[in-house]
Amino acid sequence: MDFKDTPEEAAFREQARQWLQANAPTQEELAGLDAISAAKLWQKRKYDAGWACITWPKEHGGRGATPMENVIWGQEEARVNTPDSVFAIGHGMCGPTMMAWATEDQNKRYLPRLASGEEIWCQLFSEPAGGSDLAALRTRAVRDGDEWVINGQKIWTSGAHFSDFGIIVLRTDPEAPKHQGLSYFFLDMKSPGIEIKPIKQISGAANFNEVYFTDVRVPDAQRLGAVGQGWQVALTTLMNERAAIGSGGGGVNFDSVFELAQAVNLGDRPAIEDSGVRRRLADWYVQEAGLKYTGYRSMSALSRGETPGPENSIGKLVGAPKLQDMATFALDLLESGGAIWDPELSEKAGLFQATYMSSPGLRIAGGTDEIMANIIAERVLGLPQDVRVDKGIPFNKIPTSNS
Amino acid sequence: MNFEFSEEQNMLREQAQGFLKDHCPTAAVRTILDGDEPFDRNLWRSVVDMGWVATTIPEEFDGLGLGYLELSVIAEELGRVFAPLPFSSSVYLATEALLGWGSRQQKEAWLPKLANGTAIGCFAVAEGGGHTTAGSIQATVADGALSGRKTPVTDGDIADFAIVIANGRAGPSAWIVALDDDGVTRSPVATLDPTRSHASIELRGVRAELLGQEGEGWSLLEQVYNRAAVLFAWEQVGGAETALQMAKEYALGRFAFGRPIASYQAIKHKLVNMYVKNTLARSNCYYGSWALSTGAPDLPIAAAAARVAAIQAYHFAAKENIQTHGGMGFTWEFDCQIPYRRSRLLAVNLGSEAVWQEKLIAAIETSRAA
Repeated sequence: MDFKDTPEEAAFREQARQWLQANAPTQEELAGLDAISAAKLWQKRKYDAGWACITWPKEHGGRGATPMENVIWGQEEARVNTPDSVFAIGHGMCGPTMMAWATEDQNKRYLPRLASGEEIWCQLFSEPAGGSDLAALRTRAVRDGDEWVINGQKIWTSGAHFSDFGIIVLRTDPEAPKHQGLSYFFLDMKSPGIEIKPIKQISGAANFNEVYFTDVRVPDAQRLGAVGQGWQVALTTLMNERAAIGSGGGGVNFDSVFELAQAVNLGDRPAIEDSGVRRRLADWYVQEAGLKYTGYRSMSALSRGETPGPENSIGKLVGAPKLQDMATFALDLLESGGAIWDPELSEKAGLFQATYMSSPGLRIAGGTDEIMANIIAERVLGLPQDVRVDKGIPFNKIPTSNS
Repeated sequence: MNFEFSEEQNMLREQAQGFLKDHCPTAAVRTILDGDEPFDRNLWRSVVDMGWVATTIPEEFDGLGLGYLELSVIAEELGRVFAPLPFSSSVYLATEALLGWGSRQQKEAWLPKLANGTAIGCFAVAEGGGHTTAGSIQATVADGALSGRKTPVTDGDIADFAIVIANGRAGPSAWIVALDDDGVTRSPVATLDPTRSHASIELRGVRAELLGQEGEGWSLLEQVYNRAAVLFAWEQVGGAETALQMAKEYALGRFAFGRPIASYQAIKHKLVNMYVKNTLARSNCYYGSWALSTGAPDLPIAAAAARVAAIQAYHFAAKENIQTHGGMGFTWEFDCQIPYRRSRLLAVNLGSEAVWQEKLIAAIETSRAA
């Protein structure tokens, strides 16, 4: 048991590190660029040097490297200051779905431009009536010759406003049972009839959109999988989503709360001397270390060329509520000052306040805590699915929510 | 990255699982629970024959000279079957103390006997209820004769010798005491977990041999505890895993309102919470074993994290296993009581959750101040 790279891994790490040191964009290069342009500049540079989409095959614009090398690349890239990616969904979910279901010509046309950052992709799955119950989606596609005509609404679409293409699941047969009446397409986000409205979140940010479709036309040639096979195709995407979203990230962690507890008083002594504070910190340390070493175990499987076990599925389920709890605790340590959310006045420029307000979203995005628990229950522990009262019923006969 | 047990270690695990499945079924544990025997003597003989008690004892003292990763594997498997044995007292505590602090002569006297099972060792620290600290120790040694009362002493009624914490001239020190001495009176103590034996030991002027330096007994104890904590944590993780399996099997077979209760989210999410806590504990144990086996300076942090996570996971799995079983889980006839008893016993031995949470934060403070 050790934490060392194999000789091959060490060589790869060294190569990645050297390239990153020589090629990471400088402040001058990025000066004046908006977030998208900065992200595109960096992605193109990686692509040109063969460092984009590490695990994708070379013919699709990737490096053709192993999942373990991808992990190493991610670790090394995180050590240098590079622009935030706007490609996570495209590279993590859309690309792999295309590879599994699109034609060779389509992949030749779209994947290299996705890998190079020339084109940005988004994912249009969730709907107002279909969140956790994704297959309850209602946006209709009606066939018209060689095209389909789309009407309806998608929601929670990250990056729709700056995306060039999107993957989308649509209801093509409302009379078939829920999962069987769906088909899967990719489409041009600049198509006439698409209207995008940002959603302002409780955190004040607007990372998501509502996307409205009015008589939007998509060629039948852009269908992925057979008519009625959309659910199966969507599962390819969702499996990649859960792998891509991971443990939630965020800047609040054991270290930041531990340091805060050293810096502020509780009563007339430093908060860190309070046994209640210490016990809670201990619990978070244990969770954080548990997640870290669980990740190491998965990486060890990757390193041996095996598929990691299911243990990593707990990352988001543990990480997101932990983030929320720790941010809340930090605000409490700051007492009434914790209410101040002003980058000039707040501790760590408002990190704890921002995390408090953004963490509820992490517990929902990419599968709510409850859905994640169901997935672990069913796929890891092998427990039966809940009874589904809509099973086998034509979709248009299923009872729906109050509107 | 190779944060995994080796092929040989996994083979040892398979072998241990196969052996314990045959030799330590729940019926064997229940025999101890319901009977008067303090431990499973047949199982103990077999475990000795397999060399498990000799795992980390060097070959020069008739041991196997293997490492702590191997011992971790055995600990998890013993925990998984709730083995009614003095293994933790004799191996994780007494053997460790001798290996780390014994003089050449002490090692020669005891390690071969520990390795071949002719001696069982134990630790005698507590002196009644409440938290034991360096300052609370009442037992004393004068002119090499130890007097005091130790209770509860895990495996104190069956052990051949004890390592006793008692005050000498320079404060708390560790002493080796042979328990067949005339000045020793032992009486069994009833505990929450009758599948593990406990005693109250009265010592009246018993010959005691200093282990390690005089006045450094508390530091010795803390260091042995840090090592033992990792191995206790593996036993706890093994037991927690069994509790989850028990709950899962019952929930799959038990129907209510026309379907298996395992299909209700209230039950599914309960079992997922067990799985999550068990996974976090297991991964912390991995790191603990790594630190233990490499002598890493991080051991106090790694051990405390493994211990806290394992206490929490086992407690949760054991209590929610009963809950999942409903009324049947509360009957003597069902086995749910076994992990419930054992989880608490293992939690309060070595210092309980709050003690290890405090040790963890203190160790982090120390490491960051350095």
